[in-house]
Amino acid sequence: MVIVGAALMTTIIASEKAVSATMLNDTTDHVILVSYRRRVLWKTVVLAVLAVLCLLAFVLDLVTGPSGLTPWQVLQGLLSSGGLSLPQQTIIWQVRLPYALMAMLVGASLSLAGVEMQTILNNPLASPFTLGISSAASFGAALAIVMGVTLPFVPAAWMIPFNAFLCALASVLMLQTMARLRGAGVESVVLLGIALVFVFNALVAFVQFVSSEAALQQLVFWSMGSLSRANWTSVSVLAVVLACVVPFSFHASARLTALRLGEDRARSFGINVTRLRFMALLRVSLLAATSVAFVGTIGFIGLVGPHIARLLLGEDHRFLLPASLLSGALIMSLASAASKVLVPGVLLPVGIVTAMVGVPVFLCLIFLRPRRSS
Amino acid sequence: MSVEEERGDPASRDRQPAEAGLQVSRLSTGYRRRQICHDITLPHFFPGEVHSLVGPNAAGKSTLMRALAGLQRASGSVRVAGRELVGQSLDQWAQRVTYMPQSLPQSVALNVLESVIGALRASPSDRLALLGRRALERRAVEVLERVGIVELALESLQHLSGGQRQLVSLAQVLSREPRVLLLDEPTSALDLRYQLKVMRLVRAQARACNMVVLMVVHDLAIAARWSDGIVMLSRGEVIAQGPPREAITPATLASVYGVRARVDHGAQGDLQLRIDDVLDEGETR
Repeated sequence: MVIVGAALMTTIIASEKAVSATMLNDTTDHVILVSYRRRVLWKTVVLAVLAVLCLLAFVLDLVTGPSGLTPWQVLQGLLSSGGLSLPQQTIIWQVRLPYALMAMLVGASLSLAGVEMQTILNNPLASPFTLGISSAASFGAALAIVMGVTLPFVPAAWMIPFNAFLCALASVLMLQTMARLRGAGVESVVLLGIALVFVFNALVAFVQFVSSEAALQQLVFWSMGSLSRANWTSVSVLAVVLACVVPFSFHASARLTALRLGEDRARSFGINVTRLRFMALLRVSLLAATSVAFVGTIGFIGLVGPHIARLLLGEDHRFLLPASLLSGALIMSLASAASKVLVPGVLLPVGIVTAMVGVPVFLCLIFLRPRRSS
Repeated sequence: MSVEEERGDPASRDRQPAEAGLQVSRLSTGYRRRQICHDITLPHFFPGEVHSLVGPNAAGKSTLMRALAGLQRASGSVRVAGRELVGQSLDQWAQRVTYMPQSLPQSVALNVLESVIGALRASPSDRLALLGRRALERRAVEVLERVGIVELALESLQHLSGGQRQLVSLAQVLSREPRVLLLDEPTSALDLRYQLKVMRLVRAQARACNMVVLMVVHDLAIAARWSDGIVMLSRGEVIAQGPPREAITPATLASVYGVRARVDHGAQGDLQLRIDDVLDEGETR
């Protein structure tokens, strides 16, 4: 009897424990999800702030310049046509606006290309610049500038960007072929990319060696990366490319996030990793080749834009991809504005300035990041 | 809790449909020119059971696992609940079989909950994707509770210990509710405490969710204690199979591992193994 009673008591106590445990679980469950959703909301806010900063940087880029227009005049010129002379109108509409737009678009494209490369190649050092795409573009440009070599149907004005585009695309396709080869891991793709950098640099050096002095000067200026080649045609081409690529890129975000958990794991979740890589490299090639073709080599953005975004928001690609896009555009706009004011009266090639602007931002993020105990 | 108590038997095989579980027959697989596994036929694994694949290095265990997960081209037959998977799309495999690699990458800037939600959102054609966003999130939290790491939910993966990361890894694969769960050396890098935690969890989940668990294990004592059956593999062929006490014997150890060993199977599934010597080539056969 006593034994039965004791057993009964134990059962009751046990069941009470179970009940309180489930109640507790219900509340913790709730708490976790609430704070998770709060974090998601926070990330959305960070994205919005980035977007606003981009807009401000864009305006800053618009109102800086050597021509002595006041910010007020620039904004006035954009909003209405009255009150400004024709040269002033021309400066605003044919120089300032296309330059500023180009800066945003190039920054966004290179940064998006960089983040996709880093994810699919599982390598934090991957970027259009470090894996030979920019070098290939330089080589294409060199061929056009120095030797006048291009395909027959290309008009003379488009020779340089077309060549650069073609070579950049060819280099990505080489990476692509490597990635598709059965048994070739991502490490081999990265190694091949680095090999491409050296090959194309050597080829460019060779072309420089045999070129005339005038052509050499033009080539060196081209390879520094400059927004001064921007016009409405190039701006709209790049805008269209970016607008076409971004939806596909964002659509792949869940699969890209899963790929970060390991290739075999992702495949076992039903993701066709080979296809995901192929499509991502295709997007990268379009973005990087088009931007490099229009503005020359700009090295820093594609590497660091993604890292800034990752430090800010982590690797949930739903947020990482747009954040990379925005941080790239932001740095590039700031760099563009800085390139006009750093040396008074001189418009520096923006490729020189990107690192000078980007590195401080990057270092701030690394050192100011809240240190969490492990 | 004694060993016997927590063991709990899987649902009786007689009550299961004949087609249930995992049936592997005449499976061959390998890399481009080199065949690693030849004509492998495994016993019928029923839902709720835990089986271990053991064998020396380079025996083809991991290759066989990858083939069973559909990650590698194979010929032969793999049937899950009566449905043939060889020759099917990766998607078809993924709906039924989930593979857990040895480890989770370390430097991933995701928190635990995000990574489990990521695993759930990974393949849109899946029935999982039909759940709404909130339902997915609730389900991810519910899995973390089952695994017992809900308090880590908002920790970054980078800040977890190896053992915690392995539990997260398990939560990711469990969240997909596979019929067959393949684990590649789930306890190899873990300390004693987490070895026990992981294995206990694996078996409890196999029983509770009625799924087949097949794992590659190096430690024979762990394999014997936690498995309903052992498959011993050597050079791409099955050498011994059956309950631990039948498969792990001095004779099989001599022929597969090339060691002279004394084996003592305890009454409660625990195994004591003393390795006395390494045998020369001539003695092993």
